[in-house]
Amino acid sequence: MDFNFTVEQNEFRDDLRAFLSAEVPVEKQEIFGQLTEEQYQFGREINRKLAERNWLAIGWPKEHGGGGKSPIEQGILNEDLGYWRVPKSGSIGLGIVGPAIMVFGTQDQKDRYLPPIARGEVEYCQGFSEPNVGSDLGSLELLAERDGDEYVLNGSKMFTSYAFHSDYMYLLARTDPQAQKHRGISLFIADLETPGISLTPLPYINGEMAAQTNFDDVRLPVSCLIGEENRGWYHAMTTLDYERSGLWRYANVRRVFDDFTEFCQDSAPDGGQPLADHPLVHHQLAQRRLGMETWKLLCWNVAWMQSSGAVPNAEASIAFLYGSEERLRFAEMAMEVLGPYATLKYGSSMAPLLGNIEGIHRESMHLHGAGTTEIHRNIIAQRGLGMAR
Amino acid sequence: MDLSLTEEQQILSRTAREFLEAECPTTVVREAENAEEGYLPDLWKKMANLGWLGVSLPENYGGIGGSLTDQTVLFEEIGRALVPGPLLTSSVLAAQILLDSRNETQKQNLLPGIANGDLIVTLARGERLETSSDDTGIVLSGESLFVPFAGVASHIICATRPAVGAWPDTTLVVVDADADKIFKTRMESIANYPQYLAEFDDISIPSEAVLGGIAEGRSSLDAALQRAMVIQCAETLGRAQKVLEMVVKYAGDRVQFGRPIATFQAVQHRCADLKVAVDSCRMLVYQAAWRLDQDMPAHNEVSMAKAKAGILSRTATEAGHSIFAGISFTVEHDMQLYSSRAKISEANFGDTGYHLDQISIAVER
Repeated sequence: MDFNFTVEQNEFRDDLRAFLSAEVPVEKQEIFGQLTEEQYQFGREINRKLAERNWLAIGWPKEHGGGGKSPIEQGILNEDLGYWRVPKSGSIGLGIVGPAIMVFGTQDQKDRYLPPIARGEVEYCQGFSEPNVGSDLGSLELLAERDGDEYVLNGSKMFTSYAFHSDYMYLLARTDPQAQKHRGISLFIADLETPGISLTPLPYINGEMAAQTNFDDVRLPVSCLIGEENRGWYHAMTTLDYERSGLWRYANVRRVFDDFTEFCQDSAPDGGQPLADHPLVHHQLAQRRLGMETWKLLCWNVAWMQSSGAVPNAEASIAFLYGSEERLRFAEMAMEVLGPYATLKYGSSMAPLLGNIEGIHRESMHLHGAGTTEIHRNIIAQRGLGMAR
Repeated sequence: MDLSLTEEQQILSRTAREFLEAECPTTVVREAENAEEGYLPDLWKKMANLGWLGVSLPENYGGIGGSLTDQTVLFEEIGRALVPGPLLTSSVLAAQILLDSRNETQKQNLLPGIANGDLIVTLARGERLETSSDDTGIVLSGESLFVPFAGVASHIICATRPAVGAWPDTTLVVVDADADKIFKTRMESIANYPQYLAEFDDISIPSEAVLGGIAEGRSSLDAALQRAMVIQCAETLGRAQKVLEMVVKYAGDRVQFGRPIATFQAVQHRCADLKVAVDSCRMLVYQAAWRLDQDMPAHNEVSMAKAKAGILSRTATEAGHSIFAGISFTVEHDMQLYSSRAKISEANFGDTGYHLDQISIAVER
């Protein structure tokens, strides 16, 4: 066993931290529940600067514009970007689309799509969920009918995060309605400028502006099909496994937890002892510290498995499930400790931690991304423990 | 970063499981539970012959020179099989105190015997155990509660507190458990766990029986306790892993409403939660063992592991008794063997609340 990074990995982390401390001033760091357009654009700028250093796609092979390092370096990058609260961008392209194209794309598709992702120049969104399709994703209804050298798409995608910033959508559509449900689905990349695509704004409670994406006789050239026709479900499920550590999300929350801990150590309401010295508060902080450290280890376990060539499956669900619930436990604990001050938002001069606690409480209602907590429990039981469906 | 076990550790784990499945089925566990002294000499000797009582002792003291991580691997299996006897007490806690004591005489006297199973050494500590000096030398007096396996111990290490007007800190002394003026009273306990009230009535201690120096015992005691806590967490982990496997197997076999109960999500989710708890605890336990093997500070990591192990114990107990349900409320069913021992481990060496309070909340960025 060895829980340490290598010397080179530690050097990379030091270099990365020097870069972040020079380039990411506190006022540019994202506040939970309060993402502005300016901050989003700042995140894109940071990504481009990371790309100049060959760090943005550090875990990708060099031939595709990446840094040629392992999932451990990828984890180090994601952990620090999350901790510095650099507004997130490019993650769908880097984490999901790129790896899928590397495995299933044609040479032409690799040349066309991969370098701009690695350079941080494009944004992707993901088109999986639909108005009637969530946990039972395999029953998706967006239709893609072949017509000569084109596919004609009709239907709708739901919960499209990053839609208004995206250039492309990575989507699943039904190409064979007669086939058994998982065997009639194909994977596409759609340019969002294509006529017939429209976005209906769908504001999220965390302040993010997502969309419902509508497809009305949208014609995509066949060169937008990724992999084999009707194998899209399997292609997509395979490449979901690419970057699954969840270290970005962990560190994003950990930063606020650390800030909150210091707040409790420094604040003495009513002129008495610091909040953190109250036995009940101290006990709750200790419980959450244990939770955070556990979450971190579960994330690194996934990254380590990937670096050793293993494919995490139930392990990724364990880390994800634990993280979703730990984030919620922390948010609820912080709200409880702060009492009515916890209800103050960014903008109130009296809001603790610039309203980050109120914001993370809204964010922690996100218990569904990449599968609901119940779906993750199903995966752990069925794939991890072999219990019958 | 490499979170896997070495090939040797995997072999150790596999051979330990095979041996214990053959030699220590739950019928044997029950036999030991009903035995006066709480352990079975035959099984004890066999484990000694396998080197299990000297895993982390150097070879020159009869051990096999392994790491704490190796010992953690072994004790996951020992916990899994509910192995009775003073393995943790004698071969981990007492052995480490002695090893760290710089008292070469006692090391030579006791460590080889611990490793080959001839000697059983236990630990007495408590607020009412004192050493002081008089004209004849050092005198041990007072009493200690919860002394495990005192009935079969050949020696007792006493961690004595500083008496008023005497030495400023812990002094460790070793006494012959059969000496006159030591009185042992069994404390009737859960699962017949053999723990005792030990009383010491002004016993003269020769200077060679002091481990380390006068008032210098604290650091060896703490260091040994750290290791013992990790090993105890490993036992808890092994037990919980076994409970998980037992309930998953049972849920697959048990048919209600015309289908195996494993197909019900209510049952699946309880099992999933137990798996999350087991896997989480395993990461924390091995992190703590690894840090101690690297001579890195590990107080926080050990306390996190112990707190998590306490939480895991309860999760396993609840999952076990709710999925096995009625049958696990009977004495003849094995689940109660696991839940009672889980409670002993949870209470021993500081419970979850205690260890949560030990965790530093200082922010390290």
